Amino acid sequence: MTDWKVGTVTDTRTETPTGRSITISVDGWPGNLAGQHLDLRLTAPDGYQAVRSYSIASVGDATSVQLAVDRFPTGEVSPYLVDEVLPGDQLEVKGPLGRWFVWTPEDTRPIQLIAGGSGIVPLIAMARAHAMAGSTTPFRLLYSVRTPEDRFFADDLAALESETFHVDYVYTRSTPADWPTPPGRVTREVIEAVTIPASDSPGVFVCGPTGFVEAVARSLVDLGHQPQSVKTERFGG
Amino acid sequence: MSSHVDGNALAGPFSEVFRTDMTTAVCCCGGCGDTTTLATEMVYGTDALAHGSIVRCRSCDDVLITLVETPDRLVVRFPGIATLSVDRDTPPA
Amino acid sequence: MAVFSRGFGGRTRESSPDLPPGQFLTEDFPVLSAGPTPRIDTAEWSFSIRTETGAQHAWNWDEFRALPSELVSTDIHCVTRWSKLGTSWRGVSLDTLFEEVESSYDYVMAHSYGGYTTNLPLEDLLDGKAWIAYEFDGEDLDPEHGGPARLLVPHLYFWKSAKWVRGLVMMKDDEPGFWEQNGYHTYGDPWQEQRYW
Repeated sequence: MTDWKVGTVTDTRTETPTGRSITISVDGWPGNLAGQHLDLRLTAPDGYQAVRSYSIASVGDATSVQLAVDRFPTGEVSPYLVDEVLPGDQLEVKGPLGRWFVWTPEDTRPIQLIAGGSGIVPLIAMARAHAMAGSTTPFRLLYSVRTPEDRFFADDLAALESETFHVDYVYTRSTPADWPTPPGRVTREVIEAVTIPASDSPGVFVCGPTGFVEAVARSLVDLGHQPQSVKTERFGG
Repeated sequence: MSSHVDGNALAGPFSEVFRTDMTTAVCCCGGCGDTTTLATEMVYGTDALAHGSIVRCRSCDDVLITLVETPDRLVVRFPGIATLSVDRDTPPA
Repeated sequence: MAVFSRGFGGRTRESSPDLPPGQFLTEDFPVLSAGPTPRIDTAEWSFSIRTETGAQHAWNWDEFRALPSELVSTDIHCVTRWSKLGTSWRGVSLDTLFEEVESSYDYVMAHSYGGYTTNLPLEDLLDGKAWIAYEFDGEDLDPEHGGPARLLVPHLYFWKSAKWVRGLVMMKDDEPGFWEQNGYHTYGDPWQEQRYW
């Protein structure tokens, strides 16, 4: 059984106009695999509690975890985490959780990551694990965001790019000035153009809003990927 | 708001009941026989204003598992699962 | 012992003497999802009441809409702690639908398109306490809120007001429905805060 552990916020960083990343130091955190999540619990002075699941952007043995949160204006937890929480504040976490949507260096297949919005979180953990392990298996990330300002971890991703890790952005609403293609969704044609082909038998990890994940997963199967090689994590919305 | 997420999302509540990670368990739907990892089934009702979580078969929509958290207890039912198998090598949750 | 999170208040929880204990006011109309939203064409729709003799009283959409209807203004209380005051519905009273029904049983299981069930005592459906509602705020009831028609039993927690209702089956004993098997109270009186087992 996994118990609630006390976490202390040690750092926050603005990532996008509506989101930020938060680093939490957790007493007794056993480390986590790339792609795992945790449950986070907030308690109000009157005893009211709210529990939400968040993917973990960090990976490895450290006793701190990094999360990234996008603000849902009508939510009660995400506005708190994006606008309120400060270093030194305490909250509770349970985890690491889930061993399905994970990548470990023993997996030597080529890996295609596909993220929509804050769905980047568990996928950057995989890219970090790939770099930390010095893995030479090809990694590629297709990252769909509304505008350039909406990219989470833009600098971290740029720093991770290497011979074996390549990032492709798709902008759905507005693009950088000199971008070669107009804004548009991640269609089957886009996936075909900039991802590892099914003929290379890659493992594929897709994370994002439910509608995004379903559309992408359908396109992948249409393009010949085996359904069991495509792992998905929807976060609703 | 009414959209579903994946079975992955229930790893936390299940860890209160089961010794190992249940999202990697393989379950067989009693309705249609579809067999898959629990992480890939559909989960409804994980949003804040929900009565409880409902796991439905990805293939036929039948209710496989329901999970309600009350202040005093965690109530789990398995109305639609024929078989649940867990790899003995699964690490503790 | 939980750790308090500085500055976290949660959703604004405005209580009021008009509200049952533990409830807060909401202005919007939250949709609680338990599965895919059934889309039922009124041409295919029917509603029935079945008794212990096997007798079935059934109405198709046109027959149902030809019955006398009532405008209902009422407060509703969801067990997930939101309450909405002064909601406006149009529907057919269960008194009207039960006029020709003869049964010696005291309990009812409501069944919905999509498989949902909920149990109620018959006396909570009669004497002007319950309706099959097909309009909300003067508009056809949206599928997300249970359209084309839902049960409306506003004096109990709102999970008893089954969305997409398609029939009632008389029961000798009080047997639990979907949420009642899953930890929720068999009766669900909001004023007595009967939320869970």
